[in-house]
Amino acid sequence: MSRTFVGMPAFPRAAEEAVQDSQLRFNLRKATHTIRGRRAAVVDEVPDWAAMRAAGKVVKDDVLRNLERYLLQVEEAVTRAGGHVHWAADAAEANAIVTRLVEDTGHREVVKVKSMATQEIGLNEALAQAGITAYETDLAELIVQLGDDLPSHILVPAIHRNRSEIREIFQENMARWGRPAPDGLTDEPATLADAARLHLRERFLSTKVGISGANFVIAETGTLVVLESEGNGRMCLTLPETLISVVGIEKVLPTWRDLDLFLRLLPRSSTGERMNPYTSTWTAGVEGQEFHLVLLDNGRTRVLADEVGRQALRCIRCSACLNVCPVYERVGGHAYGSVYPGPIGAILTPQLRGTASELDASLPYASSLCGACYDVCPVAIDIPEVLVHLRARGPHPAGERAGMRAAGWVFSRASRLRGVQRVMSRMRRFVPRRWLPGPGSAWTQTRDVPAVPAESFREWWEREGR
Amino acid sequence: MSSSRDRILAAVRAAVAGAPEVPSAGPHEWVRPSGGLLELFVERLRDYRAVVHVVPAEEVRATVAEVLGERRVVVPEGFPPDWLPSSFLRDEPPLSVVELDRVDGVVSTCAVAVAETGTIVLDGGPGQGRRALTLLPDYHLCVLTDNQIVPSLSEAVAALDPHRPLTWISGPSATSDIELNRVEGVHGPRTLNVIVATRRTTAPDSP
Repeated sequence: MSRTFVGMPAFPRAAEEAVQDSQLRFNLRKATHTIRGRRAAVVDEVPDWAAMRAAGKVVKDDVLRNLERYLLQVEEAVTRAGGHVHWAADAAEANAIVTRLVEDTGHREVVKVKSMATQEIGLNEALAQAGITAYETDLAELIVQLGDDLPSHILVPAIHRNRSEIREIFQENMARWGRPAPDGLTDEPATLADAARLHLRERFLSTKVGISGANFVIAETGTLVVLESEGNGRMCLTLPETLISVVGIEKVLPTWRDLDLFLRLLPRSSTGERMNPYTSTWTAGVEGQEFHLVLLDNGRTRVLADEVGRQALRCIRCSACLNVCPVYERVGGHAYGSVYPGPIGAILTPQLRGTASELDASLPYASSLCGACYDVCPVAIDIPEVLVHLRARGPHPAGERAGMRAAGWVFSRASRLRGVQRVMSRMRRFVPRRWLPGPGSAWTQTRDVPAVPAESFREWWEREGR
Repeated sequence: MSSSRDRILAAVRAAVAGAPEVPSAGPHEWVRPSGGLLELFVERLRDYRAVVHVVPAEEVRATVAEVLGERRVVVPEGFPPDWLPSSFLRDEPPLSVVELDRVDGVVSTCAVAVAETGTIVLDGGPGQGRRALTLLPDYHLCVLTDNQIVPSLSEAVAALDPHRPLTWISGPSATSDIELNRVEGVHGPRTLNVIVATRRTTAPDSP
């Protein structure tokens, strides 16, 4: 079964390993640069993108501010239309609910649409414990599942793999999961996609239970919305007799008409297309299907309680922030140790999971604070603001705290600053460019110490300024 | 013992207690594409590598026959009789998924089409059938009239009924999961063929 992120080392150590992998860096650079170019082109096409982005922010803020009312509306509308609504406080409860629902159908196999929520709760592993096999049907998720690997990107989970690696994974592992890879499989993307089509076709036609997440849930009507490209989503949403959707409580949109705005914001931001090839919307069970909606908290109400951090719940999982992030581009998704990698993961994961583990405590530092993520975010999440907020909340080493206190003392009075500057410029010969002693050594391992100037700006001004 | 539902709702309430109300976003009015909707729709569809034909209404039947060639297609209930190909299968009684998997293609109408994004939307109405029909066969031919084309997603969302199962289609099935190379067709129809019947002056037949 697939591995999980449990027990990952803290970000700096995981990142250090990842940046040594030149193949990974090459794959990532190519992929992120391609997709950011595409996004920029289709966003530039929209004359009022800034206004749309501002409206997206307001709509999601309204959802978060009035979440109780909207959730009750969702429950009422889905139930009225003939669906069943379940509430899950945490991952264990959500997994137990889904497992029981699958067991009630009498089937032992399920087909899955790629879903961040079910990955977040480790649903596949929980189902396996109960003897139920979950088949991932998104091509990238299939590559990850067959390769006994972990996803590394929100939108393209196998972004770290190149075509020859994918060919090997198909040849070695398809047979274990069902139809083997065809003979003479090449590493042409079209041929590989064909192999996946054949491998999954019988599965789609015979499996009676489908599991999905949702991009949006409309409070007013109880309608669920899934955006995708390949058609595997349509297969899983359409053909099974029972459909179970696991959806985070923050995914609500107030009204049907709000979908207009979000269908504009999401595809352009995520895949860089005007529209993704397929979008499915359904309201409870349609065409004779049995429908269950599992509303998932799993830490979201804790995020909601943080006045600065709650904006992370506006996220519509487009992954634009990953594709522009200089840190993500070099280390890839695995180093973040979470299903939510990149800038959004650096703020969402430690809020959802808490900062008890060394890894989660290190995530707010997995950023250069350059702000590119904020610029591209279609719902204007100020990721740098939340990063700094989370850093301030976390524990700091005694040396750093003492240093900050000392700096505060110096900066609080001009005469002190002047005195310290004088002393520093006299002693500039003795400040090493590298290899600072003590706690400073960690800093100078990867950076030079800036040279101390011979005189301060104030001194220069007094001498020359008139 | 309180249920998870009550606990989650109580936590939600407590989390935002005292937070200021969010100013209303108001109705959204976005810049619409101007100029020829038909031309834009066709251009955007072709951008997705869909095969598009624009013909006068009276030539639709001949064009349908021509593009289908020898294909064995299924046609949903309610497809306009004027446009029917010479031979076809009906989904009545409903074909099994295995039978559907074996047919060469499907022919349908749509509920609305969006110029700005090159999207057609199916709502299960007359001539469109259940969702599986346009999904399992490898080839999909959609026939629509030019007055079904609306400028942007706003008009489409406004016109559609959320209580019907909707399928929004923009080009054929595609994936970019392998080194971000776009490959048409993984699980849905690998070919999307669209015929637009031009008859701007009259309303579309309501079959």
